[in-house]
Amino acid sequence: MASPLRLGALALLAAGVLVALGPRAASAPRTEGPLARDVTIVIHYSRFTPSVVEVPAGMPITFTLRNDDPIEHEWLIGDDAFHARHRAGTEAVHGDRPDEVSLPPFATRTTTLTFAHAGAVTFVCHFPGHEAYGMVGILTAK
Amino acid sequence: MKRLLLAVPALLVAMIATSSAALGCAGLIGPNGAVNLIRTTTFAGYHDGVEHYVTSFQFSGGSGQFGSLVPLPGVPTKVERGGDWTLQRLVRETEPQKAVGFQLNAPRAAFSDAQVLLTAKIDALDITILKGGGPEVGRWASEHGFRLPPDAPEALDHYAERSPIFMAAIFDADAAKARGQRVGDGTPVHLTIPLDAPWVPLRILALGKQADARVNADVYLLTDKRPALLPAPRANGMEITHSAAATASLLGDLRSDKGMDWVPPDAWLTKVRIDASASQLRYDLAVDAFGRSPSRVAAGLEPPATPAAPDTTLPSALLLTAITLASGGALLFATRTARRVA
Repeated sequence: MASPLRLGALALLAAGVLVALGPRAASAPRTEGPLARDVTIVIHYSRFTPSVVEVPAGMPITFTLRNDDPIEHEWLIGDDAFHARHRAGTEAVHGDRPDEVSLPPFATRTTTLTFAHAGAVTFVCHFPGHEAYGMVGILTAK
Repeated sequence: MKRLLLAVPALLVAMIATSSAALGCAGLIGPNGAVNLIRTTTFAGYHDGVEHYVTSFQFSGGSGQFGSLVPLPGVPTKVERGGDWTLQRLVRETEPQKAVGFQLNAPRAAFSDAQVLLTAKIDALDITILKGGGPEVGRWASEHGFRLPPDAPEALDHYAERSPIFMAAIFDADAAKARGQRVGDGTPVHLTIPLDAPWVPLRILALGKQADARVNADVYLLTDKRPALLPAPRANGMEITHSAAATASLLGDLRSDKGMDWVPPDAWLTKVRIDASASQLRYDLAVDAFGRSPSRVAAGLEPPATPAAPDTTLPSALLLTAITLASGGALLFATRTARRVA
């Protein structure tokens, strides 16, 4: 039979395990629950943050795009063929299509898109040198 | 009295527009955004707390406008046309076998605006001295037709934290042609900058370049004594190729050039050669003109404790600083005309 001392030690150990697990459980990445329909993407030092985004498929998603840089950027989202076109494109400014957004220095723009099917697309800034510098992100519709 | 001279390479960044006109030693950004930087040459002299900084912009043909952004270690009190042979003479001193035929490479609403401290027109160059943080100066540049490369925002912050002073130069190739300037003609610019501790911006030379692209630059320093440098040469693509007491002949020739009467009777000449990949060039050149301990912050090896707040008043008894800087890191090119996007 366990002595009171041993039971106390076990209780302390159990408490310690709970304390140790608590923060770890809280910091674990969330894998379930509703995906956000409002997404904010910040551009700073010519990087997208976040650069990995998950959204629900078949629902309108509102993107708030904030350019914190003193230089122009753009946010173009689509599949490989879409980006291949834009890499050789000649349009100076975007704005008429929700998947093509021009972002002047320090500007914030919003756009709404619906991804009908599950799958992944990328968002890229196609100004010269920006994609190679790392201005690429991936969006997955689930 | 102490005098030191140091040479500092500057960074030319920028550009506008369309064609193939060239900025001094600067690299150019083509329509595809590529930056082509040729070797740059810079000379900086420091004496009695005043730096004389001279850089040259070379006309290489073409038309349209090209721009350049150069981070400065302090606020210039004077911007004027430089002498005609200082850089060439330095090259001849350290590379006599190449003296003939050497071609001088002269070179959110939440934010407030960059402050224009001074403007000057020198031949076909429009010079503007700006004070501001990276966002302010970057926005000023964007609003004036500069197309900055993607690494510019971080680089501008890097320099603004150390000294929020920049020189923007816009070179009008059409005006140069109208003035009768021929391809290869340089326009030297001489800045007089009161300064306690000079440094030479090197990292900026890699702006807009691919990681494996080469950066070549020559930096001439003229100081009262043999200077201490940081980082130590021979590391990361940096090498001292000349270090000796300046000859009386050299000092006499420099002193006879326009605006160079500050050159002391005795001095130490150092030449630093940069031959590095863009990814290596993550540092600047900190100089202690008295041979003591250069600043790790100025060398870009550690961040400043607090952002720089430059004194815009003129120091009274300042040292003499002479800096010639011819650099060329083309950074930006103009937006409005040849703009391409997807």
